[in-house]
Amino acid sequence: MITELEMGKGESELELGLGLSLGGGTAAKIGGKSGGGAWGERGRLLTAKDFPSVGSKRAADSASHAGSSPPRSSSQVVGWPPIGSHRMNSLVNNQATKSAREEEEADKKKVNDDHQPKDVTKKVNGKVQLGFIKVNMDGVAIGRKVDLNAHSSYENLAQTLEDMFFRTNPGTIGLTGQFTKPLRLLDGSSEFVLTYEDKEGDWMLVGDVPWRMFITSVKRLRVMKTSEANGLAARHQEPKERQRNQPA
Amino acid sequence: MALRLPSKVLKHILSFIDSNEDRNSVSLVCKSWFETERKTRKRVFVGNCYAVTPAAVARRFPEMRSLTLKGKPHFADYNLVPDGWGGYACPWIEAMAAKSPSLEEIRLKRMVVTDECLERIAASFKDFKVLVLTSCEGFSTDGIAAIASTCRNLRVLELRECIVEDLGGDWLSYFPETSTSLVSLDFSCLDSEVKISDLERLVSRSPNLKSLKLNPAVTLDGLVSILRRAPQLTELGTGSFAAELKPEAFTKLSKAFSNCKQLQSLSGLWDVLPEYLPALYSVCPGLTSLNLSYATVRMPDLVELLRRCSKLQKLWVMDLIEDKGLEAVASYCKELRELRVFPSEPDLDATNIPVTEQGLVYVSKGCRKLESVLYFCVQFTNAALITIARKRPNLKCFRLCVIEPFAPDYKTNEPLDKGFKAIAEGCKDLRRLSVSGLLSDKAFKYIGKHAKKVRMLSIAFAGDSDLMLHHLLSGCQSLKKLEIRDCPFGDTALLENAAKLETMRSLWMSSCFVSFGACKLLSQKMPRLNVEVIDEHPPKTRPESSPVERIYIYRTVAGPRMDTPEFVWTLHKNPEIGVSKLAIK
Repeated sequence: MITELEMGKGESELELGLGLSLGGGTAAKIGGKSGGGAWGERGRLLTAKDFPSVGSKRAADSASHAGSSPPRSSSQVVGWPPIGSHRMNSLVNNQATKSAREEEEADKKKVNDDHQPKDVTKKVNGKVQLGFIKVNMDGVAIGRKVDLNAHSSYENLAQTLEDMFFRTNPGTIGLTGQFTKPLRLLDGSSEFVLTYEDKEGDWMLVGDVPWRMFITSVKRLRVMKTSEANGLAARHQEPKERQRNQPA
Repeated sequence: MALRLPSKVLKHILSFIDSNEDRNSVSLVCKSWFETERKTRKRVFVGNCYAVTPAAVARRFPEMRSLTLKGKPHFADYNLVPDGWGGYACPWIEAMAAKSPSLEEIRLKRMVVTDECLERIAASFKDFKVLVLTSCEGFSTDGIAAIASTCRNLRVLELRECIVEDLGGDWLSYFPETSTSLVSLDFSCLDSEVKISDLERLVSRSPNLKSLKLNPAVTLDGLVSILRRAPQLTELGTGSFAAELKPEAFTKLSKAFSNCKQLQSLSGLWDVLPEYLPALYSVCPGLTSLNLSYATVRMPDLVELLRRCSKLQKLWVMDLIEDKGLEAVASYCKELRELRVFPSEPDLDATNIPVTEQGLVYVSKGCRKLESVLYFCVQFTNAALITIARKRPNLKCFRLCVIEPFAPDYKTNEPLDKGFKAIAEGCKDLRRLSVSGLLSDKAFKYIGKHAKKVRMLSIAFAGDSDLMLHHLLSGCQSLKKLEIRDCPFGDTALLENAAKLETMRSLWMSSCFVSFGACKLLSQKMPRLNVEVIDEHPPKTRPESSPVERIYIYRTVAGPRMDTPEFVWTLHKNPEIGVSKLAIK
């Protein structure tokens, strides 16, 4: 909003310093947050609304869950962060080499790893993130991120996710604000199940494979409504059957 | 009382004046001073190749020996300027070939240079010595070969971050066996492998070679063999710094470096294998400049290196250095003048960027001579900015890139206004400023008012209204270059402050709210500005009030340019739709 009072101008006048004025107050018409209308399909001026405030984790997926007309995820902004193209190319190359190298080492060392899991690198959209992967939950707009390196087992991970999405702690509100009973994400007895997308793009139920194998193949997590978890590589067929009444 | 100095005396006096800014002032005193100055200027700098015609420059400075030109706007570095926009070197080379055959040095930045152009340079300037191309594109290694083979007295050939069509490493073999004049060679941006034997021979017969920057294709073995032949180097850009771990390889490398007793500047260091870093320890104490910005080296290894660099003045590094590493820099590198910290992850969603505002605070506190900063991190605080301003009032260049757009002070949730106010007020010599994070009107009011010496200002994702742009254009006395992206600035401030634009070199605005109508009006009323609307959609279909994708406005005495592509609209090109339909009182 142009604060006309401060600028000493009439509401619908734009004056050029040379004594001319434009009729119509073009800026006033365009301005404000009506971004979408002025731009049409050509693109959108990103406003603060496109970037959830610091404190909640950004996730490209969260916007699409919210169902609004196509906001761009912050990672798709052209020319941002402002790094020259030589440097950008170098970064992307580095990550490709690094994850290739580490996958090789991961294969070699699988035989004799009885120690803590080393730093796990994952590819998300071709870019590597050290240990952090995205987690989304059905019905919750804002996704979160969880550090796989900080967990040693499925139980661990499930606990963290339950805390993140469901628990009400003093001073914070669980994202959904509603559920207070413990969730059993892993045993199929609750309304939600934990699923993951693997490197090949398939969605699987969490818990089938040994933890170490899981962390090398998981790309991202989703807390899915059990009713929608049809056709996933199932661990326990029986409890699922009665919940699979509708197609996803 | 008029003082008339005989022109010989004036000439002699002027021979001591190198600074072009001073010479520009001299030339404004009176006609005779203008004449004497122009006939004695040897080094010519043109900050915007479209601000003046090549012919005019050639005519004015008959004794020109060195020409520096800049083409595209700075934001072209971040892909905001579509390909084909302009910035062609050819017309300049043609003009100089005709009028200034004694030209010896050409430095081009962000320009389009073709192979033909390079061949023309090689053919036209008999005593050609220096070619430096920075962020240029449009040529291939054939053009480089032409320069190498024809310019018998070539001293400097530097390709800095250019986009080159790489047809192979043969170009290096085109330096004739008789060429012994090379002082500086930089081919770090090329991909192809050069024949190491060609390089060895070239280096061996160039006793004056001081600066050599290799490309990543040169191996550690190759590096060793080169260093053995050029222990006099003062500047070195290594090739790849990784190889199969072998103790003999390490020893050879170490020894080669320890013989380079004059090495002051080190860069390159692609693909660093940390085990090889200790080979550099012997040169660290003498280093004044270290560029680790391509080296994915982590903390403990970094610190081991940096704590030995007590004379370091310039450090470029990745955020892998972490706050802890910067704390170490603050305590070991007391001579530091310039710090750049680059992100190691281009992905904006990365949540674990290892540096925070604390790292920069450490360096600001510990390095008294710090005057230039470029810092990427995820978020910042006002308190940190205030501390930095208080500790380092001598800052000349402060570029903070908070990667998360609109990020407020993460401790107080306020905008970063107070912080940038402190910077603008406290750092009185600030010449270049880039702001980021959540900023309101107030921040720009402070900047407009206090940043009296700022010449270049970069803004992204900021602002609530036109008022902010108004503050900047009506303040910032020394402003020469302003670049803005993704801010809701629009017509009012621009039109109100149109006169300011003639005092500046250029203004770039992209993804803002400037309307086509305002651009047309500005164009009509300010004939000494070129107003370019850079937009993928043709202007005919656009209503007056619709915002344009990008505008680039610059002052010029050359008139409208003739080489605009389709997607650039200027008043001159489409006069039939030029006259604004908006009411004019």
